[in-house]
Amino acid sequence: MSTGNMNLTLKVWRQKNTQDKGKMVDYKVADISPDMSFLEMFDVLNEDLITKGDDPIVFDHDCREGICGMCSMFINGRPHGPKDAVTTCQLHMRSFKDGDTIVVEPWRAKAFPVIKDLTVDRSAFDRVIAAGGFISVNTGNAQDANNLPIPKSQADAAFEAAACIGCGACVATCKNASAMLFVSAKISQLALLPQGQPERYKRVQNMVAQMDAEGFGNCTNTGACEAECPKGISLENIARMNRDYYSAKFISEEEG
Amino acid sequence: MGSITNAFSSSIGKKLIMGITGLFLISFLVVHCFLNSFVFFDKTGVLFNEGAHFMATNWIIRAMEVVLMAGLLLHIVQGARLTFQNQAARPVKYAYNDGNANSKWYSRSMGLLGTLLLIFLIVHLSQFWVVSRFTGIPTIDANGHEDLYAVMKETFSNVWFVVLYVLSMISLGYHLLHGFASTFQTLGWNHKKYTPLIKAIGVGFSIIVPLLFAAMPVWIYLGL
Repeated sequence: MSTGNMNLTLKVWRQKNTQDKGKMVDYKVADISPDMSFLEMFDVLNEDLITKGDDPIVFDHDCREGICGMCSMFINGRPHGPKDAVTTCQLHMRSFKDGDTIVVEPWRAKAFPVIKDLTVDRSAFDRVIAAGGFISVNTGNAQDANNLPIPKSQADAAFEAAACIGCGACVATCKNASAMLFVSAKISQLALLPQGQPERYKRVQNMVAQMDAEGFGNCTNTGACEAECPKGISLENIARMNRDYYSAKFISEEEG
Repeated sequence: MGSITNAFSSSIGKKLIMGITGLFLISFLVVHCFLNSFVFFDKTGVLFNEGAHFMATNWIIRAMEVVLMAGLLLHIVQGARLTFQNQAARPVKYAYNDGNANSKWYSRSMGLLGTLLLIFLIVHLSQFWVVSRFTGIPTIDANGHEDLYAVMKETFSNVWFVVLYVLSMISLGYHLLHGFASTFQTLGWNHKKYTPLIKAIGVGFSIIVPLLFAAMPVWIYLGL
């Protein structure tokens, strides 16, 4: 175990509700173990606030093992903090130095309104999925291996797209608050497999239309989403979505 | 049919318009740069004026000029609309955002670079295009062609115009450094075999073409 505990200054966004204007508030935290996760450090701070009779800081979290996609802190100017390919819950305090000042903000996007403090409403993602991110047939039980011949490379690419946990880091970091990396991953995971084919062109039209209706910005290919994604979702998915969208709109006869 | 028309108003459709018009403007840069490079090879300007005369009189070129201007306007208008829409998608900004950790500054500044280029284009078009197409060039050269080269020499005898042109070509270089490869991604051409090649060509193009353009006013100012 590491030795030497840390003292830190936190600048945290506090906002009572969606209507409140909100502001940054400074907090001191003392005696933080370098082996704590970032969320555990917040638990310590909240215990302290509750003891003092203050309102604890509200933040999203669930599994705390990097697979649920709930945690969503914008730490020192980057979603999920300074480490690559980790979520906030998997970020440890040893990634910071004793005496550091850490700025923590919620995801900021018109489509993700702040509910309270660091918690934002990401149901816009749910509505994009509901617009077509599924297959309508009952696939039954798992089939025997190789019953449906799928090349390994294809299966791997679908799996990599399916690794998206829908946390919204891509939207948070994009200068345009665009959701294209998320939507393209959800389209790709189905477009790459046989089960996704019957609704392929209907799906891309409907999901893109819903994405636009939610008020996300437009992609300008800066690549920030790919760099910050905790699951390493690739920009190739956006190119695939673009191709599918052009095919759907200009070649297929299927309307959305 | 409704599906096709509303395709262009969607987020992907708007990208497609930026990409296609951008690619078209890139093809224009190739022609423009090639013809203007005549200034490096003939001090009398006869060769350059010959090229300018061809561009001004060939009917295919004149027809394409209309398409070019339409494409340029579409690129500008659409680019401005996208910039404003994208800003509106994040009404409350971050107190601290470390953009350099995940993307290049020029990729995030296409609107700013485009605005600088628009200012340059207004100056540039009024100095040469308006003169050669509308108000008329006063002198003729040894071949009897309108002496656009003389207009160029006159313009670039002013060091401030030389500075403006050189700075504008730096903006163009960075605009292309993002725009060239980005266009192919937008068109859906992201491929393990071709994308590295496209990116390399993009970098080469973004350096060579603006560098040649920037060298022209300097060349003429120095009387080389």
